[in-house]
Amino acid sequence: MKLLSVESVSRHFGSLIAVDSVSMNVEAGELRAIIGPNGAGKTTFFNLISGMLPPTAGRILFDGNDITNLSARQRVALGMARTFQITEIFPELSVRENVRTPVEIAAGLRLFPFMPSGVEAKIRGRLDELLTMGGLTKIADRLAGELSHGDQRSTEIMMALALKPRLLLLDEPTAGMGEEETYAVTQLIRRLHKETHITVVLIEHDMRVVFRLADRITVLDQGKSLAEGTPSEISANAAVQAAYLGKAA
Amino acid sequence: MGATDLRKQATNAVVWLLLLGMPYWLPAIGGYAELGTRVVVLGLAAMSLNFLLGYTGVLSFGHAAYFGLGAYGVALTIRYLVPSTGIGIIVGVLIGTVAAAIIGPVIVRLRGVYFAMVTIAFGQVFYFIAFRWNSVTGGDDGLTGWTRAPLNFGFFRVDIEHNATAFYYLVAATFAIAVGAMAWLLRSPFGRMLIAIRENERRARFLGLPVDQHIWMSWVISCGLASLAGALYALLNNFVDPRALYWTQSGDFVIMTVLGGMRSFWGPLIGAAIFVVLQDYLSSQTENWQWFVGLFFVLVVLFFPRGVLGIIRRKIQA
Repeated sequence: MKLLSVESVSRHFGSLIAVDSVSMNVEAGELRAIIGPNGAGKTTFFNLISGMLPPTAGRILFDGNDITNLSARQRVALGMARTFQITEIFPELSVRENVRTPVEIAAGLRLFPFMPSGVEAKIRGRLDELLTMGGLTKIADRLAGELSHGDQRSTEIMMALALKPRLLLLDEPTAGMGEEETYAVTQLIRRLHKETHITVVLIEHDMRVVFRLADRITVLDQGKSLAEGTPSEISANAAVQAAYLGKAA
Repeated sequence: MGATDLRKQATNAVVWLLLLGMPYWLPAIGGYAELGTRVVVLGLAAMSLNFLLGYTGVLSFGHAAYFGLGAYGVALTIRYLVPSTGIGIIVGVLIGTVAAAIIGPVIVRLRGVYFAMVTIAFGQVFYFIAFRWNSVTGGDDGLTGWTRAPLNFGFFRVDIEHNATAFYYLVAATFAIAVGAMAWLLRSPFGRMLIAIRENERRARFLGLPVDQHIWMSWVISCGLASLAGALYALLNNFVDPRALYWTQSGDFVIMTVLGGMRSFWGPLIGAAIFVVLQDYLSSQTENWQWFVGLFFVLVVLFFPRGVLGIIRRKIQA
């Protein structure tokens, strides 16, 4: 079953064509990586999917619904959640409070001026489950702004997952991280994908991460889709090697 | 965490005890009843501003408009309609809240300095109405010829008109309800959404929160409570004039809030106390009292960006 279907989507910024008629289909349960050299249009493409930018042309379908003209918030309501290249968290709140907010949103409590009786226990149960899943239990009471990059990323990913999305979009989840942190976050993504069977689309720079994680890979180059396939197909693809892997090596 | 909770409880207890005993200890250190009442009234105004500024992360520079609407609401009601303090307060709060609710949708799309500028602009509109509409508002001379009416509960009456202590307790009780409501909201899921917006608007939006809608609600609550403070302010003075609506009055609320500390719940009350006492003392010494208040403000902002309460908190933690 196709969960996400991007049909010939383009995005122009004035005369610059950042994304040029790119199509991509993502199956439910798949872990898809988008790679490409700097300036290939990966982040713009991502912003088109998550609703941060409207496309200039093309169509985006999510679970069969046309979401091309929906706002970011409406897409979240349909079951999409994302993280950002530069981590977006609530720095002056504890990790627990960070994750609690989306748990309460998902429970439909955002307008409640009080906690309905009996709900607090459910919220806490769900919160503990998420903190455990994300390996955040030990740091749950620390301020999110004081954590390492890796722990902040894990917090952000668990905030997104707290919404119970069907599609999780991760924009360079290991950006700016050292070896150890990169490994920890990669492991977290792999484990979450296995445990929850959630569909994941991620942009990644680090090739080792991509080839370790992804079921399939989409390669963008100069705004265009250059190739798509399994990690072994991609590493054997001559055009990809020329455009990207060759240069990186 | 336990220690933080304990400290919060202790702070709350101290604040409420001081407020409750104000008419008894304030004269002993050279104050007088009206001074205490003014602190509480302006403290409420600053705390309601801080609901928006400190807990939603949105700076309004036009809160005097709603403060002033509350003040004119109660004054006009008692002067022209019914000599009832209670009904007057309700009318004042309704006018301020409805005005904020109507203006809200226009401004909640704006952010930062644009939001602040447009709140000033709307505030000035009300100022000029009060200033120009002589026949009703008394214009520049203000609205006189009315006094706060005794509270009539049927079986007993409270003379808040001549008994300054009784009026203080009316103000303190109203303050307690308003502040209690704010504290309650901030501990609810709704309040946590506001704090999330303050912390990171983009994150809040991408968690599916309709950010503008929540800012609108925070704005209306904040302005509604500011108009309550304004109604009490008019009752305190038995008078209202257009300066209550003027943008410099909004500035005073911002100064009080930042002075006391906008990240602490009680900070704005402390700020209001400092402001009012400095004003009271200095204005009897020199015509240039504002210069000294300004200097004090600049020093606090430069050296203690978390406000006076922030300094105290750090001393306790050290």
